Amino acid sequence: MATIPANTRLAAERTWTGRLAALVKAAREAPLAVVVILGGLILVAALADLIAPYDPTLPVKGAEIFAPPFWMEGGSLATPLGTDFQGRDILSRLIYGARVSLIVGLMGTLVAGGIGTALGIVSGYLGGWVDQIIMRVTDAWLALPAIVFAIFLAAMIGPSMWNIVVILGAVYWTRYARVIRGEVLSLRERDFVKLAEIAGASKLRVIKKHILPNVLNTATVLASLTVGVVIIAEASLSFLGVGVPPPQPAWGLMLSEARPTLMAGQWWLTVFPGACILLIVLATQLFGDWLRVRLDPQTRNL
Amino acid sequence: MSQFIIRRVLYSVVTLLILSATIFLIVRLTGDPVALMAEASARPEDLERIRHQWGLDRSWPVQYVTFMQNAFTGELGKSFNYRPPVSELYFQRLPNSLTLGLAATLISLLIGIPAGIISAVKVNSGWDTVAKGVALLGLSIPGFWLGLVLILVFSVWLRWLPTSGSGDWRHVVMPALALGWYFAASMLRLTRSSMLEVLGSEYIKLARLKGLPDFVVIAMHAFKNALIPVFTLAGVNMVVMVNAAVIIEVIFAWPGIGRLLYEGIFQRDFPLVQGVVVMAGFMIVVINLLVDILYAIIDPRIRLTR
Repeated sequence: MATIPANTRLAAERTWTGRLAALVKAAREAPLAVVVILGGLILVAALADLIAPYDPTLPVKGAEIFAPPFWMEGGSLATPLGTDFQGRDILSRLIYGARVSLIVGLMGTLVAGGIGTALGIVSGYLGGWVDQIIMRVTDAWLALPAIVFAIFLAAMIGPSMWNIVVILGAVYWTRYARVIRGEVLSLRERDFVKLAEIAGASKLRVIKKHILPNVLNTATVLASLTVGVVIIAEASLSFLGVGVPPPQPAWGLMLSEARPTLMAGQWWLTVFPGACILLIVLATQLFGDWLRVRLDPQTRNL
Repeated sequence: MSQFIIRRVLYSVVTLLILSATIFLIVRLTGDPVALMAEASARPEDLERIRHQWGLDRSWPVQYVTFMQNAFTGELGKSFNYRPPVSELYFQRLPNSLTLGLAATLISLLIGIPAGIISAVKVNSGWDTVAKGVALLGLSIPGFWLGLVLILVFSVWLRWLPTSGSGDWRHVVMPALALGWYFAASMLRLTRSSMLEVLGSEYIKLARLKGLPDFVVIAMHAFKNALIPVFTLAGVNMVVMVNAAVIIEVIFAWPGIGRLLYEGIFQRDFPLVQGVVVMAGFMIVVINLLVDILYAIIDPRIRLTR
């Protein structure tokens, strides 16, 4: 084996581990700031138990309620970003909140992407009445403003973090179904699919070996752009009191708890959690834009 | 043309049927609406009586047909807590939501169109970069957080604007900005790409070749055509904003339909919630239908597709 055949690399990229390796390689080429922010947030969320100075759900012993950040008068370095209405440490709550946001953002996107991609492929590849039914349902679900639909579902099903994941997945799959179906419609007419069918491959095999690998890039790009939307949706639901229930430290919930005393000017209760949401969504958007340019040449001009 | 319209109307009716069936099923699959509504201390026979009163003891198909019959006659059922019919409550609140939606649309246009045009005319310049940044922030800043920060700055610190309620224009400014912010970004993006497309077309090149000054080419020739899709989207966005402003209306205590939905949820008034959600879907299906027909009138090629 003096030389590696040219198609080895391509073959490697078709396996799951190969894809993962390619993804890691791609991430290293991503804009530095984005990788640092996203990587940092993931790290903070994963190591919350080690980093956070206090239990996020319990008042800090000896701390006052509504203590301001340390650089203001009355602030203390023991609670660097201040305390809330129960005397809980804001910093610790922000750190644990990153975990909630990331889990809901990623898992919600995964559920939405899974449902949408599967339905899009089935709809586009099988066509006929299956296609009609799936697309009419997609139209109907798209007609409801996402946030209204999510609030409605959350109110009916009841608040918990995992319920929110399922609810947001159930709300946001429609865009995937539409886009993926469109791609499958054109893939279906391509020679390699026709040949596989003539060679006797079953429908399931054609979908698994020929259709799915070719729509994964699009699904990935859509997913990267959905994460931010899902994170904001979770914060909105938590803010309205139909999302993550207290005393869990979710950023949207922190904003909601800060609202009654907003007029008293305790700005740190409102500014810090919102800034965290802004930061994480901004980073995922930038990452998504970069990924789109990389993976999807057709939309580069948008 | 009439064939196109008929097909579109049929599609919309099917969409509405599926939508209402979905909401109908979700309400009934996710739990007992009566148990949700009633006090925890209610006796079983009371629950039974309420169920009968609401027709909830009948079979689902029968209930659905009644539900649809009522919906078509504009009767959305009786609100559990408010007592008056849901439709009455709804249409009482709707004008407020329309006001807010209109103001937010104006704000999104005032930010989005000029920024989009500058960005397209001076493409890849410093202005373009700024505009792209604004578009990105539009998607990344949660509207409700923007609302809270606006209250903090303009009501708490500067004391310029009232925090909540409705009345004169000063009550509208902050909620409209918080609501319109996200949509300003989408206006900006669309204006930019639409302008770029038009500016690259033959008739613009001809206008330039004729020696017309830049301003005339952009303001008189390009502007008109580039803005057709922008104003269409603005129309659709306005309908979305009227219906999806729940969180902004809650923050600013704006008495619109979003707040009605919120109140309905916390008072466990499921006919009210169901009614508001169905109406939102209805309005959006109708505006999409209108846009489709409008486009078919403007551009005959569209009639032939699908």
